[in-house]
Amino acid sequence: MTQSFRLESGGLINRDKKISFKFNGKNYFGYEGDTLASALIANGVHLIGRSFKYHRPRGFFGAGVDEPYAIVQLYRNGETEPNIKATEQELFEGLEAKSVNCWPSVNFDVGAINNFLKIFLPAGFYYKTFMWPKSFWYKIYEPFIRRAAGLGTASIKHDKERYEHKYEYCDLLITGSGPSGLASAYSAAKNGAKVILAEDKSRFGGTLLTSEVNIGNQSGKEWADSIISELKEMPNVTVKNRSQVFGYYDHNMLVMSERISDHLPKTKKFHPKQRLWYIRAKEVLISSGSIERPIVFGNNDTPGVMLSSAAKEYLKVYGVLVGKKPLVFTNNDSGYETAIEFKKNGIDPIILDTRKEPQSEIIEEAKNMNINIKNSYVVVAAQGYKKVKSADVAKISDNKEELGSIENIECDCICVSGFWTPTIHLASQSGNKTKFNEDIDAFVPGISKQNEKTLGAANGIYTLEETLKDSFEKGNLLSKKITNNENKISFPNVVEKKSTVHDKFWCVPLPKGKNYKRFLDFQNDVAVSDIEIALKEGYRSIEHVKRYTTLGMATDQGKTSNLNGLQLVSKIENKVVPAVGHTTFRPPYSPVSIGAIVGREVGKHSKPTRKSPMHSWHEKNNAVFVDAGVWLRPRYYKRGEENLFEASKREARNVRTNVGVCDVTTLGKIDIKGPDAAELLNRVYTNAWLKLPVGKARYGVMLREDGIVMDDGTTTRISENHYHMTTTTAQAANVLSHLEYYLQLVWPELNVNVVSTTEQWAGAAIAGPKSREVLKKLFPKSDVSNEGLPFMGYMEADLFGVKAKIFRISFSGELAYEVNVESDNGYFMWEKIIEAGEEFGIQPYGTEALSTLRIEMGHVAGSELDGRTIPHDNSLEGLLSKKKDFIGKRSLSRKAFVAEDRQKIVGVVPLDKKTSIPEGSHLVKDSNAPLPNPKLGYISASCWSVEHDNPFSLAILKDGKNMIGKKLFVMSPLKNKVIPVEIVSSHYVDPKGERVRS
Amino acid sequence: MLHIKCPHCGMRSQNEFSYGGDATVKRPELGKEISDQDWDNFVYNRKSLRGKHWELWQHLSGCRQWIKVQRDTATHEIFKTLKANEEIS
Repeated sequence: MTQSFRLESGGLINRDKKISFKFNGKNYFGYEGDTLASALIANGVHLIGRSFKYHRPRGFFGAGVDEPYAIVQLYRNGETEPNIKATEQELFEGLEAKSVNCWPSVNFDVGAINNFLKIFLPAGFYYKTFMWPKSFWYKIYEPFIRRAAGLGTASIKHDKERYEHKYEYCDLLITGSGPSGLASAYSAAKNGAKVILAEDKSRFGGTLLTSEVNIGNQSGKEWADSIISELKEMPNVTVKNRSQVFGYYDHNMLVMSERISDHLPKTKKFHPKQRLWYIRAKEVLISSGSIERPIVFGNNDTPGVMLSSAAKEYLKVYGVLVGKKPLVFTNNDSGYETAIEFKKNGIDPIILDTRKEPQSEIIEEAKNMNINIKNSYVVVAAQGYKKVKSADVAKISDNKEELGSIENIECDCICVSGFWTPTIHLASQSGNKTKFNEDIDAFVPGISKQNEKTLGAANGIYTLEETLKDSFEKGNLLSKKITNNENKISFPNVVEKKSTVHDKFWCVPLPKGKNYKRFLDFQNDVAVSDIEIALKEGYRSIEHVKRYTTLGMATDQGKTSNLNGLQLVSKIENKVVPAVGHTTFRPPYSPVSIGAIVGREVGKHSKPTRKSPMHSWHEKNNAVFVDAGVWLRPRYYKRGEENLFEASKREARNVRTNVGVCDVTTLGKIDIKGPDAAELLNRVYTNAWLKLPVGKARYGVMLREDGIVMDDGTTTRISENHYHMTTTTAQAANVLSHLEYYLQLVWPELNVNVVSTTEQWAGAAIAGPKSREVLKKLFPKSDVSNEGLPFMGYMEADLFGVKAKIFRISFSGELAYEVNVESDNGYFMWEKIIEAGEEFGIQPYGTEALSTLRIEMGHVAGSELDGRTIPHDNSLEGLLSKKKDFIGKRSLSRKAFVAEDRQKIVGVVPLDKKTSIPEGSHLVKDSNAPLPNPKLGYISASCWSVEHDNPFSLAILKDGKNMIGKKLFVMSPLKNKVIPVEIVSSHYVDPKGERVRS
Repeated sequence: MLHIKCPHCGMRSQNEFSYGGDATVKRPELGKEISDQDWDNFVYNRKSLRGKHWELWQHLSGCRQWIKVQRDTATHEIFKTLKANEEIS
């Protein structure tokens, strides 16, 4: 296939390297350096998709980030991505793209019938029409609308690509490498400042690539190239292309997305696809330029109507003609530059200028080139359906309200220029109070809130000389302030053609008897008539008009439509534009992939995985792991064909009859030292701590100030001023912060230090009637008898040359010990325990058996201490000291906390002794009561009691202490279960606690 | 993301800190009689100020010190940071 719209020569593409690609299943080729858009236009393809609402044909409107139309579904290396702008996507070998929002094909689209029904689809149509009957919304209306009005399809596959995050600090961040960006970066870099220069596109230079200017006897592009290559050599400068600064956040932090691999057929090994930069900049220079805005006229969305600057860019950068019979419709001199480029390449354009008798150097040049110029002329409507075939044009009166007789001019593209809108998004996001500049009919940055300055066209400065002067100076001044260095740069000689003022004309009136759609927002199909309806219906605030009509709400966020929308509202409302105000600019400036935002925090990488030193032993012994906070813990050790239920029962039973060992490394451990350590414990725990002897452990409960139980655990007095505190796995970090809070802020007079030692100790719980026998073998030199190491006793001992701490504490309710060694010796300890316990039938047990053992004992854990219960609810009131004050004590006398029928922990057994009770189920009196059935309590934890061989649960039940022996129902609507149960004591096994003391 | 000057470590990003609420609240002394109303005010009742506000932050992923930060709740401007033992002036 020949590229009939590609020039013989010219452009910045590499004509030596052909690249083949596919669009809608058809093969084409382009050149290295093309975008998908430029390559398609070169191949004469102008129909890209269908519009969002009316399914009207869509072509290309721009040549970059502002593109509202050319959105495609991209296929790359077996993956697909929706909503890719063809104008931004660089061409790579094997690229494949498809149209979106059309069915069955872009050429024949069934949804286009909406175009003929459009009088029935005005603004707010969905709100008005699909309200009745109510039930139709979910089943009929919404699915249909969603299918009809989609923009591409997100992949549901796991994304194999890698995305990275990077944190960076700099003196100056400069956003955009046009003339202002280059000049400011250069002078700042020369002063030794740490500079980051970010360019959204693949090529540096911005408008210098397309404008006919001369800087220091070089063309704009040559000057840009020389500055960039010099900057790249400087160690204090980071120059990034394909990098868009899309968000300006608090305290001068900006976020930039760098597209590292999107332009390649495949991501290189060890490379990320995209990288998100969090940049904290001392100063920010916004050099984001401006975007040409359209003039509104009839059928202005027809493929072939595009921005005149885009037509020029396709010509100068890609050597591509957007048409061979161009019509240039302009209200300023920019359109002339485009026409001149056409003329230079042998194409005869016609210029329609809304101005009466404009005069400037550029216009003079066009005249000298014999370009056909029609003054006081406008395009009334574009004609043609899938591509512009001609234009209805007319003379317009001086007051711009009366149209002359309509003439028809044959053309294949209409290049529109309605002057320039500064890109103030970043400035506005930073909190800058923008102001309206009458001279350019647009908003520009005003008073800064953060350390930001806007340069050049983004600041409404449209001449090169002024832009460069201002930018050199700002770069110099700001960097000098930071580095105290000054390296004066001599200002280059600038040659540019002078232009004259633009015409404040933006919308062509409708001719009599015609009802052309005149679009403001091209992606969301918002026409002049839609805004008119919204205002007629009483919408006044521009934010409301936006939401009602969806003006500026598409993926392009109204880059080409917002200002014309404001002009229209202000005209109808008879207000000036600044009185209408603009809608809020929010990040991101342009869509950012979810992958880039998430970065590497995906799946297992979303948080660190902590493993105990014995982890590899568990792996080797068929442990099935479970996530316990950030820890991986063995849930059970699988033997043969066992399932979870069978294995955990076996493990728990073995603890009750023989001996088991459980990895308890994950328990939080806090080392507490200092002369006031006992006093601290006495204040944070509810029970008394001042008289705990050295070498003894005690169980304690700590509350929040509101009286709710925060955590429980044992703390051991290692020596006079040294304690070892344990916390639950989940609360370890919170408890440490809690202690630090009181020590640093509330009681700084206490002389105590706290530090986390969770990871310094490996722990193993040895539990069961034969555990002492195992201990004797492990510590032959120590007296571990009931007298030598009584319940809640502590000793230090020697484990075959390794220093160990033995705590006689029990969570399982059996005779039990916890042995701690330094983490590095954890594996050694574990192996020794297994070895010594072999003859006693020792088995490792996981968290499932651990839970079973504690539940049937009635020991509370996280599911009862869930941030909603007070000590009484957990039958822990015996631990509340009456003699001293402690954190949260005062709250316990609140009315609801002392109510007679206060909730309390109970045991629950199904009447049939067979049916397991789902956790989270509710307890009710009458299973047939009308809804809402009054809830008396809830099941906090369930297990299969190995002692009684039937299901057993713990519950928090209203008036629990008077409910023992009562029969209730457990209801689980989730599991669709109703189970008759009996309420029993929460201590289902060994209620007197004899075993732990045996 | 805020940039908070830890009085011990210097300028650090917000993600190293955790928020700790109003820094002007004083915990009633242990063991002292206190009315229900006063206790409720201490535990629950906080003003939601617009403007300058002294608040607590903990430099969790840094020195672990609790610090006092004067921040504008509307603009996020941070005026001053103090160590835990420094009095708010």
